Amino acid sequence: MQRREFNKMLMLGAAAGLALPTLGRASASAGNAYDVPRFGNVHLLHTTDIHGQLNPIHYREPSVNIGIHAARNRPPHLVGEALLSQFGIAAGSREAHAFTYLDFVGGAEHFGKVGGFAHLATLVKRLKANRPGALLLDGGDLWQGSATALWSRGQDMVDASKLLGVDVMTGHWEFTLGADRVTEIIENDLAGQMDFVAHNVSDADFGDPVFEGHTLREINGVPVAIIGQAFPYTPIANPGYLTSGWTFGIQERELQRKIESVRADGAEVVVLLSHNGADVDLKLASRVVGLDAILGGHTHDGIPKAIEVENAGGMTLVTNAGSNGKFVGVLDFDVRDKKIRGWEYRLLPVFSDLLPADHDMSALIASSRAPYEEQLSEVLGTTDGLLYRRGNFNGSFDQVIVDALMTELDADIALSPGFRWGTTLLPGDTITMEDLMAQVAITYPATTLAERSGAEIKAILEDVADNLFNPDPYYQQGGDMVRVGGLKYSIDPMADAGKRINDMELGGKPLTPGGRYRVAGWASMDPNADGEPIWDVCARYLRSQQTLPPVTPNQPVIKGISDNKGISAA
Amino acid sequence: MNQTETFGPIGRRQFLRAGAAFAALAIAPIKLLASMVRPEGAFQATTVEATLAELGMQPVESSDIVLETPNIAENGAVVPVTVTSSIPNTSRIFVMVEKNPNPLAAIFDIPEGTEASVQTRVKVAQTCLLYGLVEADGKLYMTTRETKVTLGGCGG
Repeated sequence: MQRREFNKMLMLGAAAGLALPTLGRASASAGNAYDVPRFGNVHLLHTTDIHGQLNPIHYREPSVNIGIHAARNRPPHLVGEALLSQFGIAAGSREAHAFTYLDFVGGAEHFGKVGGFAHLATLVKRLKANRPGALLLDGGDLWQGSATALWSRGQDMVDASKLLGVDVMTGHWEFTLGADRVTEIIENDLAGQMDFVAHNVSDADFGDPVFEGHTLREINGVPVAIIGQAFPYTPIANPGYLTSGWTFGIQERELQRKIESVRADGAEVVVLLSHNGADVDLKLASRVVGLDAILGGHTHDGIPKAIEVENAGGMTLVTNAGSNGKFVGVLDFDVRDKKIRGWEYRLLPVFSDLLPADHDMSALIASSRAPYEEQLSEVLGTTDGLLYRRGNFNGSFDQVIVDALMTELDADIALSPGFRWGTTLLPGDTITMEDLMAQVAITYPATTLAERSGAEIKAILEDVADNLFNPDPYYQQGGDMVRVGGLKYSIDPMADAGKRINDMELGGKPLTPGGRYRVAGWASMDPNADGEPIWDVCARYLRSQQTLPPVTPNQPVIKGISDNKGISAA
Repeated sequence: MNQTETFGPIGRRQFLRAGAAFAALAIAPIKLLASMVRPEGAFQATTVEATLAELGMQPVESSDIVLETPNIAENGAVVPVTVTSSIPNTSRIFVMVEKNPNPLAAIFDIPEGTEASVQTRVKVAQTCLLYGLVEADGKLYMTTRETKVTLGGCGG
């Protein structure tokens, strides 16, 4: 009895990862904070959703990330104090700053920025030095999210990730560069150095695989299969014309067959490098057998521990490694006699100040930015308030975007996509063109202005709400709620599809189904959309403001939810 | 003479020719059957209930039918559907789309001894259930899956 409890304690210790024990408020002594003890003989390092961020940034984690049904009050749907208490993280600590929004400005000023490839490179080198044979896996959304990634058509990120030593990757926003560009990069740049794997993308006519589905690597004599799972809803969440002729999907049955085939080929460890999103991964892990781990991304959830999911074949670990270069996941397996005897997982926050910049990477970043330096550094204004995006509903940076759309396009209502990428600016920061592009750098930036009926507007809001709050994660797309300017509304996440959005009001008057309203938007899915790019609209608005006062995000009234740990108490 | 000796380049051509002949044989009776027994009333019915009434059978749920459809349609105009039946003596497979103006999208006659697996593409007007129905020994079996049709554009 006692022994079992002792074992359980050990297990908890392993699961907790005991991340960065020496990182307190004092940062000076943190020189060897990243000397993470090695465990076992199979080592996988994991980054995901870096979104083109080559330089250190701030990224505020959400204060609203509601989980309902099976996801209620469970990771990743815990915010603030609930997250700290679940994972045993001390308030005010470095980890608390990394994993939560709590006292975000104070923490950002005290602990500094996170991520940045020069710092990431130093960390990866240290981890690899202590873990011979380790592979670095990237879960995608690597080549998009910044001005330089857009203007170089992904090239700056391709070059930097090669130098970083990414061994295997899968994709999502990569595909918005267009099928031809993706194919070109894989054939010209990645060949021989990095495997791009995606078992769930096939030719729409004949069903032939478009990419390698997996790669089989040996780590310290142990055959390890890494299967790629691209974002299953790419042609739906992003314009389908960009991946014309390719079909995606979760492809659960095909995955099961793939796992069986790589096991038959001798794989002793099988992991899925996934861009499904955490909730989809948790469901998938409960239904598919034979995966040792799912290393997940897409939903940008920094989950401090691996989640053990039981299934008919045993147990699968599910992780999610946050976004923007802010975290590196370290998964160690102890494999002996073809069996996994133990594991450890840590999600390390990447504090730029604690990791000296790698010289070669700094030089590469400088040279890739050089042609664009003048455009990047243009100051558009200054912000008096905190500007962030992430959260189920409007963030303050989204508010600036919808305000810009309504002002510049003379619209009653503005809609802006619920993307989860987009970095954070602190009060007093200048807003440069580079900062703006970190919110809007996409290959289909056209703004739109259309007259729409109240009924159509409700239908749009309901459609997106169902992508977020469908009871079945397989029917969710993993973005946040569409950002709404001008219009007030209430949302009942637990209600049936089509009945979640109510109390819609514009200028104090109820929206009528037959009324006509001027609605502005951007990121049009129409290949013929030719409206002014969103960055020009926002830049004009910001220049006219010069100093942007703190903005209050237009948040809906949330109904039908109580005691939900995915909503901050504050 | 050993039959397998004919398998070479020539054998393959002969094999293909034989296959084509078989395909023609297989298609001809289906076309014939379709023109003879096409249930016009069922194809024109506007609800699932009315379609089943036209077919004159009430289905029972079966786990021996595998219905493969996307959870979320990439293009509602061409949604791939696969129905595979392991029910013995499967003679017909039906595909229905709950909220289409005419739910019955296709009927496949399954010749005796054929693997009961069919694949097609159907239009799905709005989020609803797709039905895979199987007729075997005069009884009707079914399974359903929801396919969502969404405006898209907001993931990520």
